[in-house]
Amino acid sequence: MSEQLIDGQTGSWEIVVGLEIHAQAITQAKLFSGAATEFGAAANTQVSLVDAAMPGMLPVINMECVHQAIRSGLGLKAKINLHSVFDRKNYFYPDLPQGYQISQFKQPIIGEGCVSIETEEGGIKEIGVERLHLEQDAGKSVHDRHPRKTYIDLNRSGVGLMEIVSKPDIRSAEEAAAYVTKVRAILRYIGTCDGNMEEGSLRADVNVSVRRPGEDLGTRCEIKNVNSIRFVRMAVEIEARRQVDLIEAGGTVDQETRLFDPDRGETRTMRSKEEAHDYRYFPDPDLLPLEFDQALVDQLAAELPELPDEKYARFVANHGLSEYDARVLIDDRETADFFERTLTDGESKRDPKIAANWIVTELFGALNAADRSIQNSPISSAQLGGLLDLIADGTISGRIAKEVFTEMFNTGSDAGMIVKAKGLEQISDTGEIEAIIAKIIADSPDQADQYRSGNEKIAGWFVGQTMKASQGRANPGMVNKILKAKLK
Amino acid sequence: MSIDRAAVTHIARLARLRITESDKEKLAGELSDIMNWIEQLQEVETATTQPMSSVIEMALKMRPDIVDDGGKADDVLANASETADGHYVTNKVIE
Repeated sequence: MSEQLIDGQTGSWEIVVGLEIHAQAITQAKLFSGAATEFGAAANTQVSLVDAAMPGMLPVINMECVHQAIRSGLGLKAKINLHSVFDRKNYFYPDLPQGYQISQFKQPIIGEGCVSIETEEGGIKEIGVERLHLEQDAGKSVHDRHPRKTYIDLNRSGVGLMEIVSKPDIRSAEEAAAYVTKVRAILRYIGTCDGNMEEGSLRADVNVSVRRPGEDLGTRCEIKNVNSIRFVRMAVEIEARRQVDLIEAGGTVDQETRLFDPDRGETRTMRSKEEAHDYRYFPDPDLLPLEFDQALVDQLAAELPELPDEKYARFVANHGLSEYDARVLIDDRETADFFERTLTDGESKRDPKIAANWIVTELFGALNAADRSIQNSPISSAQLGGLLDLIADGTISGRIAKEVFTEMFNTGSDAGMIVKAKGLEQISDTGEIEAIIAKIIADSPDQADQYRSGNEKIAGWFVGQTMKASQGRANPGMVNKILKAKLK
Repeated sequence: MSIDRAAVTHIARLARLRITESDKEKLAGELSDIMNWIEQLQEVETATTQPMSSVIEMALKMRPDIVDDGGKADDVLANASETADGHYVTNKVIE
């Protein structure tokens, strides 16, 4: 069961979740002005008079925002609407100088699509996408600089956002987290959003309701601006539990906007229904309908990179990877690219399963321990490939390779150089191995007798001694073969 | 459709307008008249008519993705009643 039922006092409850993801489109300039979008600039230095809503200023749409929305729509396998309309969403807040947000209401640029997620049991579940629309971000209110004042920075005002609305198809906290992870991965693959949740370039509003299994949808609460995948999971769990406890205690859930407080592990009322906004949407008279040809969509589709699902299928089918390794490697595009470069960088082609194994276990382990990402791995894909070549051609054993790997990770040197400098080449010379073994057998007559009288397990002891005597450099396959012959 | 005093109060609040009690009655009447007129308009058969977005045939103008504006914090803040450290400053608002 992928569905997570909550046990209440009076029976089980089903969780129903829908998500709105706000993803900042990667562009140089804003949605309707020529001011920059870069994060972290000095306050109000990236603001045009359009973004500050000075009288008489008119919005002119940035075509790259349109392209990014179309690309994202293609990645979400969604319907691309060749005709869409911008509306004004009216509300008052100091960081919204226009007094309205330019958004899309009835006719969004992208219609229905779907995202497939992996369930906890390893199955695949399709989560419906209701729509994706373009809208302006608001400015930033800073409440902690002054005891009685709020400071406002409009640098973010007018930056292009893609709001992706899911259908209420999600049935557990895990599924909610998996959905956000997947949408983020798709956008990052395509390069339409950097997915940086810490900087707020991707954030989620989480709609949660509970019901008896099979019954109609319950009243939902919207939890605003959840800014990490872990918090999405926590917010769903905590809010669903709150609603079940409330209903079972005889209360009713009010439709309201709530705030998630990760420190206290609770959700709190932000605005109740009485104060709920009535946005009075209407078509923005400053903007004509957004129209483009199917030819543009086809062109952008042709330029689209391989998406996570397709890459996964190819890694399993063509490279023969295990489902687990394939899933881990496609998680983000940089890792997948690193893997594929490891296969081909340099002179030779390498075994994909072995390469995957080294990346997933050794490299990820070392990167995690050093708190580094694959982009700044001290071992390049070419260098890892070089190490794999030394194993493949028998220059070093798998055991020695791990030692070399550690040295490579710490120093950034090539595998070949380390092996040469430290004299770690595998001994595959029959005469040399025979000499080592002959000495061990001569020094250990008792053990040799035990073997000859039928205790074949003792062979392992001889292998250990031989490896020790050769400092791990003897070719294990040859050691086994020669030992057997010599002990007869 | 008629607009009552409560609806006028709600709309005024959403629009951040201060309206006196005596004006509410008058506005309720005027807004009701407008709504009645719209109801009358809705009798017109428009099922096959596309919404008119412009009186002239033209496409939405688009801009290339080039940064050609900004860097004028002083201009942006010139009319602000209070500023500090490059920010607009307003009375504290926390929902």
